[in-house]
Amino acid sequence: MTRPAPGWADHPAALALAGRHRPRAWEPIPWILALAFYFVFPKHLGFGTEVLVTILFAISLDLVLGYAGIVTLGQAAFFGAGAYTVGMLAKHGIWNEPITGLILAALVAAAVGFGSGLVLLRTQGLTLLMLTLCTMALLEEAANLAHDYTGGFDGLDSLPIAPLFGRFEFNPLYPKTQYLYVLAVLFLCFVFVRTLVYSPFGQSLTGIRENMLRMHAVGAPVRRRLVLCYTLSAAIAGAAGGIWAQANAYVNLGTLGLDRAATVLIILVLGGYGRLYGAFIGAIAYMALSHFLSKVYPTAWQLGLGFLLVVIALFARNGILGIAEAAMRRFQSVRAPS
Amino acid sequence: MTTPLLETRALCRNFGALAAARDINFRLEPGARHALIGPNGAGKTTFVNLLTGVIQPTSGAILMKGRDITGVVQAERVKLGIARTFQINRLFRRLSVLENVYIAVAERVGAAPSMFRPAGTRRDVVEESMHLLDTLKLTADATHRIAELPYGRQRLVELAIALGLKPEVLLLDEPAAGVPSAESHIILDAVDALPRDIGVLIIDHDMDLVFRFAERITVMVSGAVFATGSPREIGADADVRAVYLGRAGRG
Amino acid sequence: MIFGVDVASMLLGGVAAGMVLFIVSVGLSVTMGLMGFVNLAHGGFAMLGGYAIALAMRHWGIGFVVTAAVSAVLERLLYARLYGASELDQVLFTIGLVFMTIASVTLVIGPENQPLALPRILQGQLNLGFTHYRTYSVVLIVIGIVIVGGLWLAFERTRMGAQIRAAVDNRRMAESLGINIARLFTLTFAFGSGMAALGGGLGAEFLGLDPQYALKYLVYFLIVVAVGGLGRVTGVFDAALLIGVLDFVLKKYMPQGGTAFIYGLTILLLLWRPQGLFGAKSA
Repeated sequence: MTRPAPGWADHPAALALAGRHRPRAWEPIPWILALAFYFVFPKHLGFGTEVLVTILFAISLDLVLGYAGIVTLGQAAFFGAGAYTVGMLAKHGIWNEPITGLILAALVAAAVGFGSGLVLLRTQGLTLLMLTLCTMALLEEAANLAHDYTGGFDGLDSLPIAPLFGRFEFNPLYPKTQYLYVLAVLFLCFVFVRTLVYSPFGQSLTGIRENMLRMHAVGAPVRRRLVLCYTLSAAIAGAAGGIWAQANAYVNLGTLGLDRAATVLIILVLGGYGRLYGAFIGAIAYMALSHFLSKVYPTAWQLGLGFLLVVIALFARNGILGIAEAAMRRFQSVRAPS
Repeated sequence: MTTPLLETRALCRNFGALAAARDINFRLEPGARHALIGPNGAGKTTFVNLLTGVIQPTSGAILMKGRDITGVVQAERVKLGIARTFQINRLFRRLSVLENVYIAVAERVGAAPSMFRPAGTRRDVVEESMHLLDTLKLTADATHRIAELPYGRQRLVELAIALGLKPEVLLLDEPAAGVPSAESHIILDAVDALPRDIGVLIIDHDMDLVFRFAERITVMVSGAVFATGSPREIGADADVRAVYLGRAGRG
Repeated sequence: MIFGVDVASMLLGGVAAGMVLFIVSVGLSVTMGLMGFVNLAHGGFAMLGGYAIALAMRHWGIGFVVTAAVSAVLERLLYARLYGASELDQVLFTIGLVFMTIASVTLVIGPENQPLALPRILQGQLNLGFTHYRTYSVVLIVIGIVIVGGLWLAFERTRMGAQIRAAVDNRRMAESLGINIARLFTLTFAFGSGMAALGGGLGAEFLGLDPQYALKYLVYFLIVVAVGGLGRVTGVFDAALLIGVLDFVLKKYMPQGGTAFIYGLTILLLLWRPQGLFGAKSA
């Protein structure tokens, strides 16, 4: 075959592919807003921290669900693994430095993800879904049974987390340190995931999601890629769980429960999966609504949420961002008919 | 006798009571331009599925360059140099034409596991992908998504992916099916331009294409090899005519 | 002798629970095997059946009929739109339905546990010769056997049963044989949901009945279906009995780790045989 003529890389299609990863103009906005929130709403930093942690958790799910196409109802297994790592190390006086504790949480969760992924990702469809559910439920039961270490049903509270860098205290009543700490962790993890998603590895994950049979037929080691993706996603979810435990100085069985796993799934779908920023939009929208409605009218909240899910599944599978994209396409084609 | 590129010995595959492949002994020589023809249901696609590892044989062996690959999984066989196109397109429908080919080329050159540099900055992969598109007259569609293309052009992308894997053995399952006749020459031109030592096996019903392309033809009927020979021998064989050519008329 | 009686009565209790599991889950298994649709709302149908029975004690058939009718309408209007959809969409849709069902029941009837009073003849104990056992449990077992026998006959001996089996094995081929798939789906779905309602009603007495029922027991139904194999009536029967007896035994001897054991066992079983313990191996 003759050598490709130089200059192909300047073809518009090649340029489009090459430029895909470049940050767009609006991308700094969410971060600027998040930082502004710190100054504008100092009384709501607890809520803000919770939202940021949820965004990180949702991003971990997006990696595995939105990009690799693995449908899992058990993502909270990793969140809880990270949370309990931090919680148990701190409560039993073994280790309470936050940053290294966070890294440990991510590593433990990654190990759980690697071990379970190696075994579970041989299956697909309903079987895989059931296995992720059962694995998470098993972990929850194990945590319940080992109540001497985990605090059982009541969990572990008043975790003695050491101050950040030895100076900035984690004060549960004035969560200023928590907010900025979580924001920094979220930023770093986001940059990591964003890089991953635009890399050839991320491209191959998309291929696996779109047509797994074809990926086998081009020689891709599909299971290896899936396990790696699952492990990375578990690490990030574990980091989210870890910082949740650190920020709240608290960990309980809820971190491992179906409720948390289902909620993060709903959040991601609401915002739009496979789109990185869907996690942001979904988390903000869901938690803002939930904050106001679910405590005041819990039954109506459940009814509305159920209805929303039905509508999304039938008409708006790509969530809020999907609707926005469709509107943009409509707008552009109206403006410039080709 | 040279070692064949691809060989099967007594290859059998049963689906319950149905014998989809019966005792197939087949050789694909280096540089072969081999066609596989036969009535519908003869088991041609099953045979290709067996060769590529999509399904496992009930008994028998598959060898590549003398090495037994019967137990090797599909993805590994691709790495060994066997590539195929599918009878029904298997493409990434929501991705662009360029991305489809990029993924295949990236796998081959080993760029795919890379996690920290953007996909588009692998100039070598991009350039090779674009070159492949050019070979198949697809550059105008490079940014279009597969779902937006007419079926015939999608078939060309299917071929581009297989070519992007730089195989030693190329198995094409009805490559021209669905391609408008005005464009089907693109496929043959692309195959003609392949290095001579590659072995190519084409399944097709279009007799013009088969006789134009093939230096050797195998006829399959009901899962077994019915006849093998040069195009002239096959064309003149009365039994083959009776079983296939006479009945089918023009593919 | 005493040990034998203990074992027997424990087995009977587990078998009765297993029967209820079977009656509820068999519909889920068949619709999932037939339509390839992940229906997490199945527990909701079971719950509706339970409520229908609780509220209309005299007419046990009502639960079945009403739920079957409602589910047929839902199927035609909504479910049918999602048959080709991704698993994720199906999961979201059915979870949404369950939430709506639970919330509606809570709003209309209230969140409390519904007490279920058994008719007089079903109360009390039955003398089985070697032991006395709760009449109701024995009745459940008998009903379960009748149902599995009836279903087996229906699947093996009737034309519609053959159509369902054909469509479960290979839908495209069944279609090309002229089988009206859409109508088959609707009828099967309605029947399966009705069965769930029946099971929900029959089991309400010892499973309890509150709006959380739909989700609380969903995992059990899914486990029974996954272990029993999609579309396999006898497989689901065996799996339901296995889980029912296991659960009963574990609650007695290992009350702490019982649930964990069942989850762990399910994981092992599904890894060993992803198509279900009793399901058929795919070619």
